[in-house]
Amino acid sequence: MTPDPLLQVEDLKVHFPMRKGVFGGSQRWIKALDGVSFTLLPGETLGIVGESGCGKSTLCRAVLRLVEPTGGRTVWLGRDFSRLSGEALRQERRNMQIIFQDPLASLDPRMTVGQIIERPLLNFPVEETPAARRARVAELLTLVGGHPRWLDRYPHEFSGGQCQRIGIARALILKPKLLVCDEPVSALDVSVQAQIINLLMDIQAEFGLSYLFISHNLAVVRHISHRVMVLYLGRVMEIAERDELYRRPLHPYSEALIAAVPLPDPKLERAKPRLRLKGDLPSPLNPPSGCRFRTRCPKATALCAAEEPPLQEYGGGHIAACHHIDL
Amino acid sequence: MTDLVFDAAAAAESAAPPSPILEIKDLRVQFRTDAGTITAVDAVSLSLAPGEAIGIVGESGSGKSQILMAIMGLLARNGTASGSVKLRGQEILGLRDDALDRFRGAAMSMIFQDPMTSLNPFLRISTQLTEVLTKHRGMAKAEAMRHAITMLERVSIPDASRRIRLYPHEFSGGMRQRVMISMALLCRPALLFADEPTTALDVTVQAQILDLIKELAGTMGTSVVLVTHDLGVVASLCDRVVVLYGGRIMESGPAERIFDSPWHPYTKGLLGSMPRIDEQVHGKLYTIAGQPPSQARPSPGCPFEPRCECRQPKCRSIRPEPQSRDGRTVACHEVRL
Repeated sequence: MTPDPLLQVEDLKVHFPMRKGVFGGSQRWIKALDGVSFTLLPGETLGIVGESGCGKSTLCRAVLRLVEPTGGRTVWLGRDFSRLSGEALRQERRNMQIIFQDPLASLDPRMTVGQIIERPLLNFPVEETPAARRARVAELLTLVGGHPRWLDRYPHEFSGGQCQRIGIARALILKPKLLVCDEPVSALDVSVQAQIINLLMDIQAEFGLSYLFISHNLAVVRHISHRVMVLYLGRVMEIAERDELYRRPLHPYSEALIAAVPLPDPKLERAKPRLRLKGDLPSPLNPPSGCRFRTRCPKATALCAAEEPPLQEYGGGHIAACHHIDL
Repeated sequence: MTDLVFDAAAAAESAAPPSPILEIKDLRVQFRTDAGTITAVDAVSLSLAPGEAIGIVGESGSGKSQILMAIMGLLARNGTASGSVKLRGQEILGLRDDALDRFRGAAMSMIFQDPMTSLNPFLRISTQLTEVLTKHRGMAKAEAMRHAITMLERVSIPDASRRIRLYPHEFSGGMRQRVMISMALLCRPALLFADEPTTALDVTVQAQILDLIKELAGTMGTSVVLVTHDLGVVASLCDRVVVLYGGRIMESGPAERIFDSPWHPYTKGLLGSMPRIDEQVHGKLYTIAGQPPSQARPSPGCPFEPRCECRQPKCRSIRPEPQSRDGRTVACHEVRL
């Protein structure tokens, strides 16, 4: 029996209007996200992968309503989150936090580390003395691998990995149920990346929160995620349990994506079957008809141009959208 | 256009110089700053055989890019390089710009991480490509144009004769990197430096670009020096690896053997801390404690000592000298060959 989902996203769409030219003409839209559905369970990490422009970051922002979706809805703990507004929205948002790719740029350079981590608490005041708040901040900072002596220092005094720890502490201070991680380790050196990945996994084990984890690094996603979602041009191509997806990708796009990652072992790398996608991502302004991936797909046929393949279930929660999956 | 077929491979074979194409001895790069002198690269020696691909691996601040910058004569104004860099036996370190220009673009060329900032946004691709040929090869405009179009076709840019008239912003990131590569290889250099050439690209495009570099270097007999933080990229492209930390070489040798059984604690740590796409392990990753050094200050001992699990008292005060065996070199007190 699966627990009730923390988050249910149904047919979520984000279309950005293009600026019209001098002569007007009809309004054109960039369909950054075009009908994405998934669920996220409590304590689960859902990895989101895809090339730049596939809608990974837009999806996360739309879930948090940092950009307003143009269609679809999100159900948060059984309530329709997409309809909340004003105070109700603000109160619910304390349960969902985000950490960013560039750790230094996401911290205010004129605030001390203590002020940065404490700031969310001031948005949701409780009866608490400043000294008690500071003690909470110091405790959390220690938990993320920092030190209370950091409290009165400024962000520029810290390295990338340390800034990311501070960003994580700020996101955790309100005890959220969902943490959106938008490329949190991409700007870090390999040795520091491992520290932050371990930290995120420890925090999840301790507090049981859920992660939406975006990364272009497919190895990191395999390591940290329970399930993985593959996006292409704003659509879901495949969702599966992590090892299932990496061992047995059903969609040709997932397969090509995984095959493109070079292995840190020359022998295995040479022995690996060669599978290469041609060309770049098509413009989201004018996506291909039918299956969006067909222009780069080695298996594409006339059917793929005519008809968009629906997402189908292939057992064990493994879903994929392709006309040419034979099991 | 048979007259434009690339013949460098054949030429290299017939000439077959037994000596290395590039020989670096005791290279040191220092920067004068308000905080004093910073040593970014310290006592780096390596040599490169014709047709060989070598990967220089390191984290930020390891000095990996500055090695290339020093060779190309592109150091920032407050930087100085000492030691020796020989290109085909000829000393090129410290040459004046006009003397270096005979080598840059012709005998050795470079591709950078971000093709958008290394191409001139105001000039058509055609202008930027033909300039290389008119300047270094003394070609007439029309001939240079024909040659440039052929080169763009070689790097798989569709519709090259039309696209050559476009500006850099009209290309995608992957296409721009192809343009950069075609520009770097126009004069069939003997040596190609690539500084994080695929870091800004998606994995699918990265795979295309790595294939392209491999194929072109193979057919043209070009030697490649690849600088990267990505061990996977090194494994797919390079014959030999140099692992750099704090401006010094920790370990070097044939890629296959280093990936198979690293000797240096830092190399072990790097390989161990990378999650692998082909492994079904979800527990804790191995970590190297601490941060990479932000500034390489000259320390009397081993630069990795503050983060090393195997450190001993002498690591702080005595620099480990490089020891060699079977074509591999390692600089660590803990490793006994």
